[in-house]
Amino acid sequence: MSSGQNERREMTGAEMVVQALKDNGVKHVFGYPGGAVLPIYDEIFQQDEVEHILVRHEQGAGHAAEGYARSTGKAGVMLVTSGPGATNAVTPLQDALMDSIPLVCLTGQVPTSLIGSDAFQECDTIGITRPCTKHNWLVKDVNELAAIIHEAFHVATTGRPGPVVVDIPKDVQFAKGIYVPPQTAPRTSYQPKVQGDLEKIKAAVELMANAKRPILYTGGGVINSGPEASHLLRELVDLTGFPITSTLMGLGAYPASGKNWMGMLGMHGTYEANMAMHDCDVMVCIGARFDDRITGRLTAFSPNSKKIHIDIDPSSINKNVHTDVPIIGDVGRVLEDLVRLWRATAKADKKALHPWWEQIAKWRARDSLAYKMNHDVIMPQYAVQRLYALTKDMDTYITTEVGQHQMWAAQHYHFEKPNRWMTSGGLGTMGYGLPAALGVQIAHPDALVIDIAGDASVQMTMQEMSAAVQHEAPIKIFILNNQYMGMVRQWQQLLHGNRLSHSYTEAMPDFVKLAEAYGGHGIRCEKPDELDDAIKEMISVKKPVIFDCRVATLANCFPMIPSGKAHNEILLPDEATDEAVANAIDAKGRELV
Amino acid sequence: MNAQLQPTGSAYFIAKETEKPETHTLSVLVDNEPGVLARVIGLFSGRGYNIESLTVSETEHEKHLSRITIVTRGTPHVLEQIKHQLERIVPVHRVVDLTVRSHELGQDRPLERELALVKVAGTGEGRVEALRLADAFRASVIDANTEHFIFEITGKGSKIDQFIAIMKPLGLVEICRTGVAAMNRGPQGM
Repeated sequence: MSSGQNERREMTGAEMVVQALKDNGVKHVFGYPGGAVLPIYDEIFQQDEVEHILVRHEQGAGHAAEGYARSTGKAGVMLVTSGPGATNAVTPLQDALMDSIPLVCLTGQVPTSLIGSDAFQECDTIGITRPCTKHNWLVKDVNELAAIIHEAFHVATTGRPGPVVVDIPKDVQFAKGIYVPPQTAPRTSYQPKVQGDLEKIKAAVELMANAKRPILYTGGGVINSGPEASHLLRELVDLTGFPITSTLMGLGAYPASGKNWMGMLGMHGTYEANMAMHDCDVMVCIGARFDDRITGRLTAFSPNSKKIHIDIDPSSINKNVHTDVPIIGDVGRVLEDLVRLWRATAKADKKALHPWWEQIAKWRARDSLAYKMNHDVIMPQYAVQRLYALTKDMDTYITTEVGQHQMWAAQHYHFEKPNRWMTSGGLGTMGYGLPAALGVQIAHPDALVIDIAGDASVQMTMQEMSAAVQHEAPIKIFILNNQYMGMVRQWQQLLHGNRLSHSYTEAMPDFVKLAEAYGGHGIRCEKPDELDDAIKEMISVKKPVIFDCRVATLANCFPMIPSGKAHNEILLPDEATDEAVANAIDAKGRELV
Repeated sequence: MNAQLQPTGSAYFIAKETEKPETHTLSVLVDNEPGVLARVIGLFSGRGYNIESLTVSETEHEKHLSRITIVTRGTPHVLEQIKHQLERIVPVHRVVDLTVRSHELGQDRPLERELALVKVAGTGEGRVEALRLADAFRASVIDANTEHFIFEITGKGSKIDQFIAIMKPLGLVEICRTGVAAMNRGPQGM
């Protein structure tokens, strides 16, 4: 809290907004001005405690705030005007909702007297954002404004984090009222349960101690719970000797170099992780939600296991998969109890796990992420591997867009720490990565921030290059350019008779010239033996870089569990012949997403 | 051991529903603030749940608390999801599945009552018959002239259904129903 002396005092609504941001520890706001937020922008102009980052489109502000939030663990804040400003914020709001990212979105609104009159730049912001926020507020009385903003931060950051919207009519911004500092007493109806039920945790320890084929399946909840949760997770793995896999969202909670690490699971996860999920006898799901990209066909999902599920959101329990031992609470708190009880009562019989580890070693020997190296053309997997090799010892943060490149990044870039990996998991928002990288760079000015991008996704929010140049954020946009919407094409090949309907981008911009046009630096690389030098050049340039990495155009992303199939029906790269691919998905599977 | 539960409304899981749907009555205690009802019904439409009846009114004025009674239909698994999803809404204080609660209390179902206003127009024999039947149903006349009656009837939904069906050939003009109000028997609160 920056100002301890903020006793109740009179100020305008616009002043309150800025004061409330300060009192909630906000240093950066991503936004775009407009008619209905001018009074707030006027206040921002007259101070320098809260820095405003001007984007080029409100969607960019939202994703930048998400990247900021994900890499710091703090709330990301965006400020946009009414009408189109608010509607442009909808995509990042839904993105943050699905990935549980604390995002506070302040929107301007037409004056209260004009609400409902179809005024210029009016929209029903609260109605539009109701299903894509954890909660939202329309402030009609300036005397409630401060308390509402404080509550918004509280709701966004506690329990299962998520996005919130505070809609502030312009007359409320001008009106004078009494400012109240943040209160500790939250409203009575909102009290998330953080401490897990000890009896349930005991039952979990007992199940785990007797497991012969256990697996830890972790997710973004571990990262959301804070660094202590990741620390405890590592301790739990060491104590139990269990193999561990993670969802896309949870990468980095357990180090990829750890000896118990099996790689990511799910639709494009490793063979060993998916087979171990299928054959395990005890599954410990920690801060993950049995998403359809993880489970494959539900009726064939891990048929012989007892399942323990740790989640802060009771609605995640039994939503898709029946759980034998549900534990509702914050991952960090629950793991604390779990580790303590394990130490006190369970003797880790790591010998008993030997046959299980031997089986895993056999699966691992299939080397499911292997690909055919090519000496003339850059394979996309190779590009990510070289990027990893040349940046892993630096202070690196990775964001991605959505598609094949995202999966290759998840497979071949290895994360040692939490909060280093920012990707759009639940919503799958193409265009997420570039603005997210901007947000990350603002939070970590001296770090190396790389957006591993696809040529199609990156063009959805390319305009934020201009914001990066303005704010001297030296983000690196590493485009795996295959001229296609690769994942769309991969599905068309699998599901639609190889009819590549509109997945080829016939007119591609010259990314090098584009970078230069924005005032950044452009690099193009087409040969595998030139790649290392080009990546080193990218790292050394101290301004935004667009790296046009021309990769094999028709490479596809494997392994892959086709929609509607079970974990043990995973397609491996060396098995993915045209015939196998053609027969992989039956008519029923074709209806699935 | 691993009975998989089938979520509804998703194209991803086309497996057949094996659980049988049931009708349950939920009581939801909420802060009476703008938009709270929209949050509740938006949840039902957004996630593909059913609403068979919905009743809402402020019940504790000084605390600004409203009680929403929802009759919904789904499999036990979906009904559990509905309860948890409702509990996630920030201004929601408590959600009680009155049907489940009544089973826990050893009862068949919660107490449920509905009020209906039923307008019947006619003269002669039909009119006499309508009045006689209303009397049998313990419906009271709250407005009348020589050509019509408005009956007020309170009771279980099935009783009101029956009353309306009987009135149909006797000159039924219009019906207004409040939806279900419900609570559990016994001394305990929700």
